[in-house]
Amino acid sequence: MNTILRIIEAFKNFLLEIGELSDFAGRFFKEVFKPPLEFKEFLRQCYNMGNRSLLLVGVTGFIIGLVFTLQSRPTLQQFGAVSWIPAMVSVSIIREIGPIITALICAGRIGSGIGAELGSMRVTEQIDAMEVSGTNPFKYLVVTRILATTLMLPILVFIGDGVALLGSFLVENLKGDVSLLLYFTQVFNHLEFFDVIPSTIKTFFFGFAIGLVGCFKGYYCKKGTAGVGLAANSAVVFSSMLLFIIDFIAVFVANIFYDV
Amino acid sequence: MSNMIELNSTNTKAIVVIKDLKKSFGENCVLDGFNLELFQGENLVVMGKSGSGKSVMIKCLIGLEEPDSGSIEVMGKDIKQLSREALDELRTEVGFLFQGSALYDSMSVRENLEFPLRRHTKKFGVIKDTTPLVMEALESVGLANTMNLMPNELSGGMKRRIALARTLILKPKIILYDEPTTGLDPITSKEILMLMVSVQKKYNTSSIIITHDVDCARMISNRMILLIDGINYAEGTFEALLSSKDPKVQAFFK
Repeated sequence: MNTILRIIEAFKNFLLEIGELSDFAGRFFKEVFKPPLEFKEFLRQCYNMGNRSLLLVGVTGFIIGLVFTLQSRPTLQQFGAVSWIPAMVSVSIIREIGPIITALICAGRIGSGIGAELGSMRVTEQIDAMEVSGTNPFKYLVVTRILATTLMLPILVFIGDGVALLGSFLVENLKGDVSLLLYFTQVFNHLEFFDVIPSTIKTFFFGFAIGLVGCFKGYYCKKGTAGVGLAANSAVVFSSMLLFIIDFIAVFVANIFYDV
Repeated sequence: MSNMIELNSTNTKAIVVIKDLKKSFGENCVLDGFNLELFQGENLVVMGKSGSGKSVMIKCLIGLEEPDSGSIEVMGKDIKQLSREALDELRTEVGFLFQGSALYDSMSVRENLEFPLRRHTKKFGVIKDTTPLVMEALESVGLANTMNLMPNELSGGMKRRIALARTLILKPKIILYDEPTTGLDPITSKEILMLMVSVQKKYNTSSIIITHDVDCARMISNRMILLIDGINYAEGTFEALLSSKDPKVQAFFK
């Protein structure tokens, strides 16, 4: 009985949190077009998020491309379909693996960073200090960060995809003596408009979700150092969950158009 | 039963009036009908035990906490009735010095001071060169040479001074101090108190000082309020309260 009550309570809390998050998103849309635009802070956040995540995204993308090709090669070889590797790898990476893996990395790297930073600002009363000086901390801290993640994630995904294909090419070059030109001709021959556009659109939503959840968790962080840790941690967990939900919806919607 | 001691003040114009303020957190009733009047140019010390609701009271005053009931008037404006924009405008007239200084740690001292200045173009206009204003505020707190330092390069006392400079840069009429000497050694505490007195003289501000430091109250107060059980239990000058026979009042001075 107790377990059931606990599950009901947890579900209730989850729904409440979704409600508060929607409220927070609503406030973002209300504030986003209001002056001042805080352009300098927005650029600083873009630089921080993009530049500092680039190496991690690049290395992960390269390894994924490399491993994916290495693992697929023996099976495709059995069917005499090795020449399909560039097409198969590029479609998989660009449509699904690249965006979701990069987004998950950024949820860990950027989302937790935002949660911890805003959380510690809340705990040390820096956000209150902005509030009492009448300077709208929401605009300066939240709006700039959400806009930065929304813009930077598609760029990081684009770079991650490119590096993953380079990793895949490296395997093909070493094992099958495929040239760079041949590999990428194969890739672009098989990629279609439909492979690129929906996956690019969904990365904007991924970026928005990561920024929104990170800011939400940090901005309303409970007092104390434990609260900061919890804000960072729950920012990653909650945004990762949200990424999969958005991904499911995006694929579902895209497939409706694809079937037509 | 409240133990009010007659206020001996020649000032008559109250610029902050709090009436019957009530605030609870769940079952815990923190303020239970608190009243306060702050007169032009005075230093009002509010003393109380830890957790008695002193900080909650000034946070209600500046709109950081929403009271359950009661009214708060700051410079003739009921803060409950103000729009977000009007409240932000009023906040430029009310400085707040936080217990932990609350300096923005990703910004230099200069940026900390410029931050509110650049965003209040209604009050100050668009300022192309903020250096003279930043220097003036830093000189007021005796730290003119710290402009390019980061907060993590400052000592506790210096942080408190810079936070005061950040408050002063908006030229407020009222300053709220939340435990201004907590966590500082006696010498630095005394320096901060002297600074508060000199700031009041220079800028002609009125102040509410939240503290449980008796020395602070002795040095700086024109008038005191003892916050006990959520109400203004006793009120008067430091000397008047010191000579009170009420055991609850006496407990603060032992």
